[in-house]
Amino acid sequence: MLLIPCPWCGPRAESEFACGGEAGIVRPGAPDAVSDAEWADYLFMRTNHRGLHREQWWHAHGCRRWFIVRRDTVTCRIDGVEKMGSAGAAP
Amino acid sequence: MTQPARLRHGGRINRDRPVAFTFNGRQYLGCEGDTLASALLANGVHMVARSWKYHRPRGIVGAGAEEPNAIVQLGEGSRTVPNARATQVEIHEGLIARSVNCWPGLEFDLLSLNGLFSRLLPAGFYYKTFMWPKSFWRHYEHFIRKAAGLGEAPTERDPDYYEKFNAHCDVLVAGAGPAGLTAALAAARSGARVIIADEQSEPGGSLLHARESIDGLPAVSWLRRTLAELAAIPDVRVLARSTVFGYHDHNFLAIAERLTDHLAEDRRRGPRERIWRVRAKQVILATGACERPLVFTNNDRPGVMLASAISIYTRRYAVRTGNNAVIFTNNDSAYATVLDLLDAGVRVAAVVDAREQPRGPHLEAARQRGINLMAGSAIVDVRGRRRVQAAVVASLGADANGLRGNDTTVVDCDLIGVSGGHSPVVHLYAQSGGRPLFDEGLAAFVPGPAVQTQRSVGGCRGSFALADCLREGYEAGTAAARETGHDAAATLPPGPGTLERHDYTLRPLWRVPDPPGHARGARQFLDLQNDVSASDVLLAAREGYHSVEHVKRYTALGFGTDQGKLGNINGLAILAQALGQDIAATGTTTFRPNYTPVTFGAIAGRDLGDLFEPIRLTALHAWHVEHGAEFENVGQWKRPWYYPKPGESMHEAVRRECHAARNAVAMMDASTLGKIDIQGPDAAEFLNRVYTNNWHTLKVGQCRYGLMLREDGMVMDDGVTSRLGENHFYMTTTTGGAARVYAWLERWLQTEWPELKVYLTSVTDHWATIAVVGPRSREVMKGVCGDIDFGAASFPFMSFRDGTVAEVAARVARISFSGELAYEVSVPADYARHVWKALMAAGAPHGITPYGTEAMHVLRAEKGYIIVGQDTDGSLTPQDLGMEWIVSKTKDFIGRRSFARADTARPDRKQLVGLQSADPALVLPEGGQIVDRPQWTAPVQTTGHVTSSYFSDALGRPIALAVLQSGRSRIGQTIYVTLGDGRVAPATITHPVFLDREGKRQHG
Ligand SMILES: [Zn+2]
Repeated sequence: MLLIPCPWCGPRAESEFACGGEAGIVRPGAPDAVSDAEWADYLFMRTNHRGLHREQWWHAHGCRRWFIVRRDTVTCRIDGVEKMGSAGAAP
Repeated sequence: MTQPARLRHGGRINRDRPVAFTFNGRQYLGCEGDTLASALLANGVHMVARSWKYHRPRGIVGAGAEEPNAIVQLGEGSRTVPNARATQVEIHEGLIARSVNCWPGLEFDLLSLNGLFSRLLPAGFYYKTFMWPKSFWRHYEHFIRKAAGLGEAPTERDPDYYEKFNAHCDVLVAGAGPAGLTAALAAARSGARVIIADEQSEPGGSLLHARESIDGLPAVSWLRRTLAELAAIPDVRVLARSTVFGYHDHNFLAIAERLTDHLAEDRRRGPRERIWRVRAKQVILATGACERPLVFTNNDRPGVMLASAISIYTRRYAVRTGNNAVIFTNNDSAYATVLDLLDAGVRVAAVVDAREQPRGPHLEAARQRGINLMAGSAIVDVRGRRRVQAAVVASLGADANGLRGNDTTVVDCDLIGVSGGHSPVVHLYAQSGGRPLFDEGLAAFVPGPAVQTQRSVGGCRGSFALADCLREGYEAGTAAARETGHDAAATLPPGPGTLERHDYTLRPLWRVPDPPGHARGARQFLDLQNDVSASDVLLAAREGYHSVEHVKRYTALGFGTDQGKLGNINGLAILAQALGQDIAATGTTTFRPNYTPVTFGAIAGRDLGDLFEPIRLTALHAWHVEHGAEFENVGQWKRPWYYPKPGESMHEAVRRECHAARNAVAMMDASTLGKIDIQGPDAAEFLNRVYTNNWHTLKVGQCRYGLMLREDGMVMDDGVTSRLGENHFYMTTTTGGAARVYAWLERWLQTEWPELKVYLTSVTDHWATIAVVGPRSREVMKGVCGDIDFGAASFPFMSFRDGTVAEVAARVARISFSGELAYEVSVPADYARHVWKALMAAGAPHGITPYGTEAMHVLRAEKGYIIVGQDTDGSLTPQDLGMEWIVSKTKDFIGRRSFARADTARPDRKQLVGLQSADPALVLPEGGQIVDRPQWTAPVQTTGHVTSSYFSDALGRPIALAVLQSGRSRIGQTIYVTLGDGRVAPATITHPVFLDREGKRQHG
């Protein structure tokens, strides 16, 4: 069970959270302007990255804030967390 | 009832406290401090089981978690425990145990006419059996289950309770042997918070039977002093009978503490077991090593034991395991056993040492006592069936893969102690994410680099000398404490033991050559519990199984309760040899939690019965119970299903409730609908993005139905939202979707549209909502509410008014899920019962009838209204449901772009339709698959399925909703619904709205 450092509440057990998957998936600003393939890429395709991975987590049983965790998908080591909208962070 | 094999002196058992117990129906006496295994051995009982496949007699082999044979069923009735290891069971007054694997009986040798039977069960037996005609398996399964000798789970409810503790510490030490104890000591002296857990009845590990001295004290005296020091430090917790069974991410470890099973039943108080869920800053693994057996013909005979187990039984439990022993080893450690046996007055007939030139400190000490040392030799066969009678010894060839000639020597004996080296217990290290590495010098897997903040010390690191264990433990404890901010106390580590670090001097010997004239590897057992022999592994290799994971599954090696603790390394070394590759390249199977079995009771803890899952009750629940409601589970909610009158069937009750709603007035508790309060200047824009229709045009005081999609265009929820103010909305969701929708909305607000000023609050439990439904509902409302004008024009459909209902401030909305004139009254939940009763009283003259979810379903299905999650399954768009009318063409919203995707725009998608059964008495089965022709054979492509199906009181016949490929263009055609028993029922495709298609009634 991961120990996740919520940027609002501090380190809490994984059972308090829900994982939202890969972060930085950008919704096309003008959906009609993108091709079916680009839309499908946004909808379905994820990198399944091996190594350091930015992912969205929700403190469902806590402050109910979404934030970003940088986690190594091999070792589960957490490198750091970011609040939504913090400098340079794509959600 | 004497204990014929009990030594007169020594040991840690209490001779003044005899304990009576029963094994296989026979009474025995042991001593306080005995395990079941040591007490049986003290009574001269070696043979405790029959192997499951060949039904060969089997004896006690080990003294701990690795024991493969002495597997017992403990107790009877509701407290019975299956598959316990007798080596880990402490005896207590009244203990009842029996062998689980002894069919048809310990003494009864019928099945062990093994030549016949073994040919039936070669390696890969399961797989080969499954390949046979399916009908064969039925016969074999019955036979195998009976013969397999597995324990029986209790069939009665567990009368005990179990609990869980969450704990945090600076340093968690797994194992309280010499290395673990000095680690805990150093960390504790540094001021760290320490938990040290050990699976045995008392801490000490190998110190409990060690020959050595520490700091000039006998090992057990040093142990007593160390435990006293630890006990005096407040931030140290020493847990005995506590197995660290799981090592998970981020130093989260689970410990099973057994609290009462070692006590006589009348002395048990409190919880039976406790699971510790520990988050440790630093972990020190000191789990020791497990001795390996040697693989030789008939090495499974009762009386063949691990050398270290013999030492433990001799020194710790004061048991004479035999009278005339032969020790067979490939390393120096077994000579300590020789010394222990000689000290206990046991004759050692010979020491068979695989090494050409044996050496080592224990050997030198033994040599002083005079031993018959047979160097460069091996035991190639064992004589005796129910007990060892003699060892057959031969000279090993230079490479140990063959014998030097055909000469053998027969040495009479009744006990054979074996040591094939030691395997570090790397299970927890591997569970932590680490990958064990093969150490050629030790011929064993040792921990590689740490993956978490963790250290391995002592035996589990491959350090087998006591002095090394003590030193490594102390150093690791000091370092771990320092990393948690506790600087080491300047105390020196404990002095070295009497033995200096010595060379392990092991000669690898994975499989002893077959005796002259024997088949390769036959009856050379690797996994005693599963009867896997070297020949099975060789067969698997010949049949092309090269991965160790495949060989494990093919042969069942390591599948038993011991999980391969004893035999796996030997097996994979033999596999490596057969494949001509080295052991490191062959690798190990995966070390999975749990280290030893954990009871379901402990895992469940208090999460049982009423505490298993929350039950949500509405504020009106008591009224429903008082009025005889039958309940239906909807998510965690209990909802009234229908309210039968005495003698009324469900069908009759539901018809009566529907009839009242369509012809007079009826009311329902709708409080379980999800409710979300939405506020902020961008609230309307937010709704515009998450719903398919337009929300800017909704005026204050109005309500609107909304359909919510996922981004892939599929319907995920629906509900009515009211505009309470310019910047204030009140959303309702489906009962089951409330939490999901709330999370969904928060996610879009926080991650995608942080610029929107919108705030969400879940208010599901704040409001009770009562639906008042039917042509007389207006009259009922007028009777309880004087400050709202209920005129059809002044209070139109899809609007709400604030007012006072039965003297309670209420919000009354004119919305309908039945197609009738209807109102929904929402009041703060605390007033629900009062308002409900006032409505019942006001409705009495009109025949008001409470109705449940079943009638609600019938009423809405008559109108073709969908239930998200019943009529939809996450693969239907609004267009599929015929709901284009609610999809805006002038704005973007979640899911809209996906309508244009090729698959979403497909013309032959499933569409919502109605079905009319040809048989007017048949309510089609929900979930029934639809085929286009009455004659069909499986497999067949189905074209849809029935989603909702009821008997309609209003129409006097059954109705059904279904999703069907191209359904709307097929209205009027006949399809066939499969009934699950090979038959089909014909039905006509209809429009999904069966009643009042113009919607006149709700506007009345
Ligand atoms: Zn938080």
